[in-house]
Amino acid sequence: MKTIRLLPVIVVMLAGAAVTLHGCGKGGSDRDARQSDTPVLDRAISAEPESLDPQKSRSVQAADVLRDIGEGLVSYNAAGEMIAATAESWEISGDGLTYTFRIRPEARWSNGDPVTAADFVFGLQRLVDPATAAFYAAELGNVANAADIVAGKRELDELGVSATDERTLVISLVRPTPYLLSLLTHPSTFPVHRGSAEQHGDAFVRAGNLVSNGAYVLAGWEPGAIIELHRNTHYWNDAETSIDVVRHHVVTQEMAEFNRYRAGELHITSSVPPDNFDQIRADYPGELHIAPTLGVYYYGFNMAKPPFADNPELRQALSMAIDREVLVEAITGRGEAPAYSWVPPGVDNYEPVQLPYADLSRQERNAIAQSLYRKAGYSGENPLHFELRYNTSDTQQRIALAVQAMWRNVLGAQAQIVNVEFQVLLDQMREREVTEVFRSSWFGDYNDANTFLAIMQGSSAANMPGYSNAEYDELMRSAGEQVDLDRRRLYLEEAERVLLADHVVIPLYFYVSKHLVKPEVEGWQDNILNYHYSQHLSLGAAEQDGRP
Amino acid sequence: MLRYTLRRLLGAIPTLLLVIVLAFLLVHAAPGGPFDDERALPADIEANIAAAYHLDEPLPMQFLRYLGGVLRGDFGPSYSYRDYTVSELIGRSFPVSVQLGMLAMLLATVVGVSLGIVAALNKNSALDKVVMGFAMTGISIPVFVIAPVLVLFFAVKLHWLPASWTGSEGGSRFLLPVLSLALPQIAYVARLTRASLIDVLSSDFIRTARAQGLGTAAIVRYHALKPAMLPVLSYMGPAVAAVLTGSVVVEEIFGIPGLGQLFVRASLNRDYTLVLGVVIFYAALIVLLNLIVDLLYGAIDPRIRRQ
Repeated sequence: MKTIRLLPVIVVMLAGAAVTLHGCGKGGSDRDARQSDTPVLDRAISAEPESLDPQKSRSVQAADVLRDIGEGLVSYNAAGEMIAATAESWEISGDGLTYTFRIRPEARWSNGDPVTAADFVFGLQRLVDPATAAFYAAELGNVANAADIVAGKRELDELGVSATDERTLVISLVRPTPYLLSLLTHPSTFPVHRGSAEQHGDAFVRAGNLVSNGAYVLAGWEPGAIIELHRNTHYWNDAETSIDVVRHHVVTQEMAEFNRYRAGELHITSSVPPDNFDQIRADYPGELHIAPTLGVYYYGFNMAKPPFADNPELRQALSMAIDREVLVEAITGRGEAPAYSWVPPGVDNYEPVQLPYADLSRQERNAIAQSLYRKAGYSGENPLHFELRYNTSDTQQRIALAVQAMWRNVLGAQAQIVNVEFQVLLDQMREREVTEVFRSSWFGDYNDANTFLAIMQGSSAANMPGYSNAEYDELMRSAGEQVDLDRRRLYLEEAERVLLADHVVIPLYFYVSKHLVKPEVEGWQDNILNYHYSQHLSLGAAEQDGRP
Repeated sequence: MLRYTLRRLLGAIPTLLLVIVLAFLLVHAAPGGPFDDERALPADIEANIAAAYHLDEPLPMQFLRYLGGVLRGDFGPSYSYRDYTVSELIGRSFPVSVQLGMLAMLLATVVGVSLGIVAALNKNSALDKVVMGFAMTGISIPVFVIAPVLVLFFAVKLHWLPASWTGSEGGSRFLLPVLSLALPQIAYVARLTRASLIDVLSSDFIRTARAQGLGTAAIVRYHALKPAMLPVLSYMGPAVAAVLTGSVVVEEIFGIPGLGQLFVRASLNRDYTLVLGVVIFYAALIVLLNLIVDLLYGAIDPRIRRQ
């Protein structure tokens, strides 16, 4: 009797499945099996970090993980206030040009080696080394010779950073940089363990190879899924660390993230889904954390092309016709604040300047906007036609539709909305050929007004509108010369006033950070930087809400 | 047989070359570059990055460099996962997609074929309508609806199963993704099996078998099922390729580090080398699976082998 020949096929598939299931058991083999009594913190990051090399990384998500693994000279506490970290103290010279840091004698790498001033020199040289191709190399622009080294015009050892002894690090600047300490909290300025970097080359950031100086050490990394960190017992402040294992889960979908939170798989989310926001606010009152953050959502004008170049009144008319309160209440609706300045409120040593019309009522704004629109030569019979470009996404589209309607209702202007993929929009903004009005955003890299104002200088690559105003650039240059914080602030504020009066950007709203945090997570504090170091958190008694 | 296989494999080389050329041109033609960001980079830094990845060379140069690498088995470094090479990333994510895909296809085959047989043997009965109704539902409801509903029910409400890949380290993390992937496939396979089996059951040789006094079970098992499997098999080739290369939606929802998620992320980020790597890999896989299906055809149906 003939047996069915389909059988081999099924046998092969069964064998495949058997191998598969066998593999499942050891699926997490590069992650240590955790014991039930070790405290494990499960938190989400919204995208895979492009690198865990402190100097090669770029994204917010990479920085979130790196702040757990590494530590700079200075750092932040849970409330977002600056604290001494690997440096125990520092002095700033009277002219603001020389910073001298004392490294803690008890600072250790995760392999037990002492953290020395030379490790910081190595890290900072690595940052400006053209061969590293670091995204953040420009952050050190005010350090002596840094810009020339990045441009390949000087040697690495000419960088104005030196170790005068094992524990003393001196940073020399070409101009006072009051935000230098903030910069030194950024992962790109973290030290690098020279021995392991030279031994493993590019692979020194892999789990098992990476020697780090923060509260945690990289224990496992499954790209696209999870990064597992274990307590670094050599960390100088390890006694204060409460949680033994931290797992950063990569979760790209907000709704999936919310479900994982509800299923008890995450203690902390990186965001909150927009569609269910009101429900979540009602259902999780004690767990929902909304806080202002350093980010502005804006529409920019292409200053290289008509009709908006050389037409400040027309730009002002469009800016005034937008009802920001409606946008944040009816459309974004997650606690965002309407933006009437370029620099967000809450920045250290700074009081944001308000748009000139911020105090007027809606009716007054509309009336002025209409008269400016007519003065620019447009009317009901001869409406302004232009394009508003944004990157494809639900929120961007809803905002664009609302603003389009506001422009039509208040002014009669005819905006055509065009959505393109994000990378395409970036390309078009840079080219300044097809864009007229475009959507963009800016997030501060450090807590200082400079991170927002510097990008609008004529020479800045991130100056998307192509704004160029000699007065503005001069004010920013003067601000950069000031040692006295109050005088510096006056220059910066004046610069912002000039920028806002030129109406090259329409700030729409300031972003907020949005997290769900389980009640058993202790030590969480909302802060404007949206930095939440795992070392500051602890886990109280978990409610038996069943982790699977 | 061996000569046939070899000829097919050699014939795949020009196909793959063409795929490489087209894919290379297409990814580079897409606007925007791999390192573009709202946080635009100063010119010096941009130049350093371009130099580090040879993006400052003329395109034909870049292509030759890339092709040279591919011939040596080196698919280059990834731009969006800067700490990994393309080969490593594919090497890590493909097994995950294979595990899921194999389980899903196995489930789809066993359940789908069984349901199809039951429906065919009870043609137009209530049972048939129930089974086919289920199949229609399975085909109509998209995965991005099925998966969250399964999560909501089994993970959020009942806490029986993990809601995500990283929610558990055991085999239980496979269940919901496999089910989400398999449900639509079960439906397709059931419908194909039913239609094909009904067709075969009405042919002359089955009537002959019946006339010889064979029972229905024996007829299906020894005579009808194999020819009825041919359409199912030709469907399975591309379907296996599709699930093996990863289901983007299922991977995104469950946070599974498979090939589909990798590919989407690579395309959106203009990660040229990773996109190319995955495309070439995908193309090679399809060529291979089609060959396997053709060989299986011959194994199942001697008439084809003789031709």
